[in-house]
Amino acid sequence: MIGNLPYIAVVIFIGLGIYTLMFKKNLIKIAIGIVLIENGVNLFLITLGYRKGAIAPIYTQAPSGQAIMVLPTPQALTLTSIVIGIATTALILSVAMMIYKHYGTLDTDQVRRLKG
Amino acid sequence: MNLSNHIPILIIAIPLLAAFLVPLISRINKKATGILTTLALSVSLILTIVLAVKILTVGPQVYVFGAASPSLTLPSGLKFPIRIMLEVDAMSIFMGLITAVVSFLGAIYSLSFIEKYNGVDKYYSLLLLLTVGMFGMEFTGDIFNFFVFLEIASIASVALISFRGIDFGEPAEAGFKYMIVSSISALMVLFAVGIFYGQYDLLNFAALASVIKYSQLDKIALGLLIPVLAMKAGAVPMHMWTPDAYSEAPAPITMILVAASQASLYALFRVVFSLYNITLNTLAVGWIIIIFGLLSMFIGVTMAIVQKDIKRLMAYHAVSQTGYMLLGVGVGLAVLANPEALKDYGITAMEGGIFHIMNHAMYKGLLFLTAGALFFRTGTRDLNKMGGLAHYMKYTTIFFIIGAAAIAGLPPFNGFASKLLIYESVYRFNPLLSIIAMVVSILTLASFVKVFHSAFLGPKLPQFKEVKETPRSMVFAMAVLSCIIIFFGLFPDLIVKNLVHPAVMSLIEQLQYTGTVLGGM
Repeated sequence: MIGNLPYIAVVIFIGLGIYTLMFKKNLIKIAIGIVLIENGVNLFLITLGYRKGAIAPIYTQAPSGQAIMVLPTPQALTLTSIVIGIATTALILSVAMMIYKHYGTLDTDQVRRLKG
Repeated sequence: MNLSNHIPILIIAIPLLAAFLVPLISRINKKATGILTTLALSVSLILTIVLAVKILTVGPQVYVFGAASPSLTLPSGLKFPIRIMLEVDAMSIFMGLITAVVSFLGAIYSLSFIEKYNGVDKYYSLLLLLTVGMFGMEFTGDIFNFFVFLEIASIASVALISFRGIDFGEPAEAGFKYMIVSSISALMVLFAVGIFYGQYDLLNFAALASVIKYSQLDKIALGLLIPVLAMKAGAVPMHMWTPDAYSEAPAPITMILVAASQASLYALFRVVFSLYNITLNTLAVGWIIIIFGLLSMFIGVTMAIVQKDIKRLMAYHAVSQTGYMLLGVGVGLAVLANPEALKDYGITAMEGGIFHIMNHAMYKGLLFLTAGALFFRTGTRDLNKMGGLAHYMKYTTIFFIIGAAAIAGLPPFNGFASKLLIYESVYRFNPLLSIIAMVVSILTLASFVKVFHSAFLGPKLPQFKEVKETPRSMVFAMAVLSCIIIFFGLFPDLIVKNLVHPAVMSLIEQLQYTGTVLGGM
């Protein structure tokens, strides 16, 4: 049961993120919602590779007799995903800045010139 | 070293390299950036054609990164592939050809269109990156790599949509919407990648396809992948970003964005056909896709009729036309487990759907370019303010007529060829679907007659006295697209037999896709 805690955290992260996206009206908060989902997915990936009592997957520095290592692939995936996430977040925030400059607000109810 | 084995990666690498060269070159000469972009994309186009010929004669090609030889998929006796690889089969190269043509013509059109804006070097850099992302999505054989290229394409397209956001608020608003949509879809794709990896320890499409069991977790992954990829493709009811993004992006970018949406559509088909294939409950999933298609067709066209902004109107038509592709391929999927019906009309329906992808990229690209030409000369996109432009812009008028006739499915243009394939095959699956498709086609025609009437016909208006024909590079791009449309319309058999049919067969025959990587295991 205790081993499943990270998965529960994943669900909470993604759930909170989706809640933020659906019910918050501030563009910055929407960006935070995206980051929350992203963290949830990253946590999910890294948890997949976890093995109980395992060490970091570096063969040359492994103590003799220690055979269990965590999986390296999910870590590589997570690292890539974090880097991409930074680019996405930066872009979201810079577009939000541009919106603020033209509309003078970050409220989604007032940023509505495109419709129909 | 045999260079012809490296073509798949060169198609991606040359624009990528050029994307980072462009800002450097712009320090020396601003004008050279556009020429460099066009050159890089023309090399990509030529290589894509060479690769297409090779694939259609020899068979699917793989390119393994970092292996001793590019075709070594299973090194040192392993039973599963461990390296990232590109796998290009007839379907991938079909999409690759669309991407190559559209991005090349987009770059040529931009040479004059984008001249007056600031930050031209960044524009070309992003255009090249968008192309790289699209090629990558279409060629990759690795599901995580697909996520990376999806993100490259989304980030580049968001920056391009909000390119005019420095001066206006609306492009920034559209860009923000698209960014949220693409972030969510990319993250859900990543979540699905995690689910696959957790179960099978594999990231390769072909290797996954050979072991997939359609367990409860696989169903969840499919439930995540279908809606988000349909959302990126702009299918109703997840279409809210399409009109905004398409109308606010510069016209050549809109044309490329249409192809980028189709790359997501390709990924949807790849997942459903090559990854799951008949392990799925094909009838149920087929109907889900058909219903997405029907909603897109009908809601897209009804929303389009009431629009006053010319690009917004065309964007809703893009949603509507996506519905045809989903309808055709959805019918093919619904009868996938039934070999008789598949042979009888399923393959024809899929041929129609897949052929429509290419036709749509061509005529919708042409229509967006004509809308861009009108905006370039008149400075407005509002149909109520335009009028009598046929007096001043003769070539643009002709191109618009060709594009409008093609989208409405009038012979002898290419839209007719693919729509006819869809009508006659879907009719045998369920007559009602075919009738709806025809009604939508008529509404499309009505809507484009309205655009033609209000923009081009009528007396000469005093405020457009200065308007003249668009510059040569823009006319060239539109002329090439018109020639392709007429050629496809006159010789549809040639295209269907040589390009579309192999693409459809490579989707249907899962073993052909997996066998290329796993060596017929």
